[in-house]
Amino acid sequence: MYPAPAITPELIAEHGLTPEEYERIQEIVGREPNFTELGIFSVMWSEHCSYKNTRALLKGFPVESPRVLVGAGEENAGILDIGDDLAISFKIESHNHPSAVEPFQGAATGVGGIIRDIFTMGARPVCAINSLRFGELDNSEVRRLFRGVVSGIAHYGNCFGIPTVAGEVYFDKSYEGNPLVNAFALGVLRHDQIARGAAKGVGNPVFYVGPATGRDGLAGAAFASQDLTEESAEQQRSAVQVGDPFMEKLCMEACLELLATGAVAGIQDMGAAGLTCSTCETAARGGTGIEIDLAKVPQRSPGMTPYEILLSESQERMLIIVHKGREEEVKRIFDKWDLPWAEVGKVTDDGMMVVKNHGEVVATVPAAKLADEAPLYHRDSKEPEYLQKTRALQLADVPALAKPEAALAKLLGWPSIASKNWVYRQYDHMVRAGTAINPGSDAAVIRVKADSYPPLPIDEPQDDIPDKYLAMSVDCNGVQVYLDPYEGSKATVAEAARNLVCSGARPLGATDNLNFGNPHNPELFWQLKESVRGLAEACEAFGTPVTGGNVSLYNQNPAGAIDPTPTVGMVGLVEKPEHITSQWFKDEGDAILLLGQAVESDDPLLGLGGSALLQVEHGRKEGTPPPCDLAKEKTLHDALLGLIETGVVKSAHDCAEGGLAVALAECAISELTARQTPRLTGAEIDLSKAECERLDALLYGEAHGRVIITTSEAEAGAAVDRAKLLGVPSARIGTVTGSDTLDVKAGDNSLSWNLSDLHDVWWNTIARVMDKK
Amino acid sequence: MKFAVLQFPGSNCDQDCVHVLQNVLGHPTRLLWHKESVLGDVDAVLVPGGFSYGDYLRTGSIARFSPVMQAVKEFADQGGLVLGICNGFQILCEAGLLPGALIRNRSLQFRCEHVYLKVATQDSPFTQAIPEGKLLRIPIAHGEGNYFCDAATLEELEAKDQILFQYADRDGDVTDHANPNGSLKNIAGICNTARNVAGMMPHPERAAEPALNEDDGRLIFESLIAGLNPAPAPA
Repeated sequence: MYPAPAITPELIAEHGLTPEEYERIQEIVGREPNFTELGIFSVMWSEHCSYKNTRALLKGFPVESPRVLVGAGEENAGILDIGDDLAISFKIESHNHPSAVEPFQGAATGVGGIIRDIFTMGARPVCAINSLRFGELDNSEVRRLFRGVVSGIAHYGNCFGIPTVAGEVYFDKSYEGNPLVNAFALGVLRHDQIARGAAKGVGNPVFYVGPATGRDGLAGAAFASQDLTEESAEQQRSAVQVGDPFMEKLCMEACLELLATGAVAGIQDMGAAGLTCSTCETAARGGTGIEIDLAKVPQRSPGMTPYEILLSESQERMLIIVHKGREEEVKRIFDKWDLPWAEVGKVTDDGMMVVKNHGEVVATVPAAKLADEAPLYHRDSKEPEYLQKTRALQLADVPALAKPEAALAKLLGWPSIASKNWVYRQYDHMVRAGTAINPGSDAAVIRVKADSYPPLPIDEPQDDIPDKYLAMSVDCNGVQVYLDPYEGSKATVAEAARNLVCSGARPLGATDNLNFGNPHNPELFWQLKESVRGLAEACEAFGTPVTGGNVSLYNQNPAGAIDPTPTVGMVGLVEKPEHITSQWFKDEGDAILLLGQAVESDDPLLGLGGSALLQVEHGRKEGTPPPCDLAKEKTLHDALLGLIETGVVKSAHDCAEGGLAVALAECAISELTARQTPRLTGAEIDLSKAECERLDALLYGEAHGRVIITTSEAEAGAAVDRAKLLGVPSARIGTVTGSDTLDVKAGDNSLSWNLSDLHDVWWNTIARVMDKK
Repeated sequence: MKFAVLQFPGSNCDQDCVHVLQNVLGHPTRLLWHKESVLGDVDAVLVPGGFSYGDYLRTGSIARFSPVMQAVKEFADQGGLVLGICNGFQILCEAGLLPGALIRNRSLQFRCEHVYLKVATQDSPFTQAIPEGKLLRIPIAHGEGNYFCDAATLEELEAKDQILFQYADRDGDVTDHANPNGSLKNIAGICNTARNVAGMMPHPERAAEPALNEDDGRLIFESLIAGLNPAPAPA
């Protein structure tokens, strides 16, 4: 037996446990825990695994709809019905702290982890998207993190063979030293292929499959639940895992093949808190106990202690509970894929998680209490003081721009708005031959065909499966959330839904990743509380239940906390392939329509609050962002989808950062024929009817609920009438000329921009900064 | 026509090739596991893209030792048609079925984007059905697609008309600007001297369906099929 340290108050504190939590542990185990047991509680009761600071808040999310087959929190990921006995499973998860310390592996294993969550559900992962945040690019350390994160995501996804089809990247000082890496994956399956992470059947053997356990990623979940400090990088690098996408690809194929045999009683990946979490959670879900012997676990390095084996977060490992008598099938399939496997234990009936090492008991913990009875905190909250200052800004006092037209190129070259082609061209976004809309439009659209679904049992005839088209998007305007957590969070959900609708899809459900600062700070906890309230209301309004997600707190370093960033990933179903719509202008002579009001009629300046323009031109991250009227948004979405389904809409693009002018420019410059071959389609726009004296507010204001669509000239009038009939203010605002300029008339002002110039700054800004020799 | 698509651990474009050959073009196609040492009754073999054996050591370097590749070599030696795409091209070079090597892109980054391809010769079973002067628009997705060989090999490739595809701009001009990875002479695909084995970095199987808004890649598969059919159907 190795010499285990004595349990002291210091050791308890080092494990991130409070004296009260330690008392509760003593109650649960009925004695002093030993060192190994302390480690087990430490990771299982970390925020990352237990949601102890947020569980109460998360109860406010809508989680039900007729499409929900597996709801939030039940399993590793939620599952929604998409008709024809087919279903999707999707989730988003953060890997922020590991990426701050080791960007390449941190981001790579973030992708690996979320892919594992999806195939654990019995689904075949078919696409990935991601949401990233970094500091500003003039800082070389930020560039190092950005470069490392993108190549880590590319490395893992490309090798695994999953297309990374969409995403978003924002740059803001608040993320300096604390980047956000939120990875989303989506998988598909038949209704009867849903797998469960429950240890069912007393006496059933428990298998460990996948590569051997090493010392990497020791207690990563606990690490992710602390503030980052100066010392983090050096001290905690061993808490970052090392990924092997090749292993994961084999592991997925083998697991799906094994699931098809019916030999599996329960399956769970070893993600955060590794072997500890997977054993106690499966037992808790199954209402059973579990007993494993660590000596049987494949180990990469000699002399690992039980503590290390249990808390390791080595990647690409799975725990599989097999129906007794069918062990040979596991061996046959994992041998075929040349993957290590080991029978490590069995399901028991006493509700205990019993861990042995060479037959000697090293830990005994009641499984359900460990998994489900983590402490629950209601943290104090208080409106942050900074809001008084940011709200004090009177928009009327913001000086009007002397040359408003010059701001457009500046905004298009602002890294948060500029094209992210430097990022997505490093991701294989077309593997699986199903990407119908590539990155660079409002949302990605993929075709899911029969060969995407997990295999059927060998003796079952192939079923007839119709093609399905899915759209997905991930969104969050962190600045707006910072300035108004409630309204900003509503707007985040609205934008995600709007992006799907613009692509021709009806939103089905959402997954959220709450990235916030330290919950012990009442001001930061207030941000979280208000944000969750906004997200919940908006998800309710759009009929998109939250099917799961992730909470990442402690995103702060000595310089301060990040802007609150509740990232929302949303998935929609495109009913027919002909409804798929992209954002760029199509044909010369097409009519350009604006759905929604150009500016808020009561207060035309409203859209300037928290806008990109204020930040870029005036250096102010201030003001009150425009409120998000959910009923109006929903009406707009329904009307747009109605128009798309009648077949008249040739392009659709929503107005977001940078307002109407940026959106129009993007419609004109964002189509790509091939590398270095953009298709520029100019337009003539007349905004004279909009009642707005301030040109900057008209062009760059960010009022919500606005979409630019095009139709053929012949159908424009009817489309405007129909949109109005459906309750959406609409107007014809121009014509696609196909020329090389974008011309806008507003009252007495006539503005004109050269599209080649706009395209150059929009397309190349990030590459120029990143590839600078 | 009967096709076999090889399946290595880490192949990830295998299903896409099967889909196009079987569902889009209607030819019986089966996957062939890397541990098989007999090809069986096939008319053409596709070596698909992906990261065979995790691309450990060097892309394609382990796959060449697999039992199935020994069978593919024999098949090729007897004149059988073999097309390697992306990782498949890398494997065929490693296996010595094609000359040269694919090295790291000059950007040192993975690249996934559409390119234009100039068809350098129609005199091959892989290009014969492509209309004269037709520029193909097909995606690439690779980190190691930079074609390299020594001067003597390059001279021979040119002398024997073995270059099949070259990266070009929208006007069909083969320029350095149009070169996405640094390949010698903008080479995107080549064949062997016997003209029955070819490799290419771009992915024609990802551009073979109007449903995905592109089908230039289909012309390459149709060339193969036309070559195998005694009486090819008009394109």
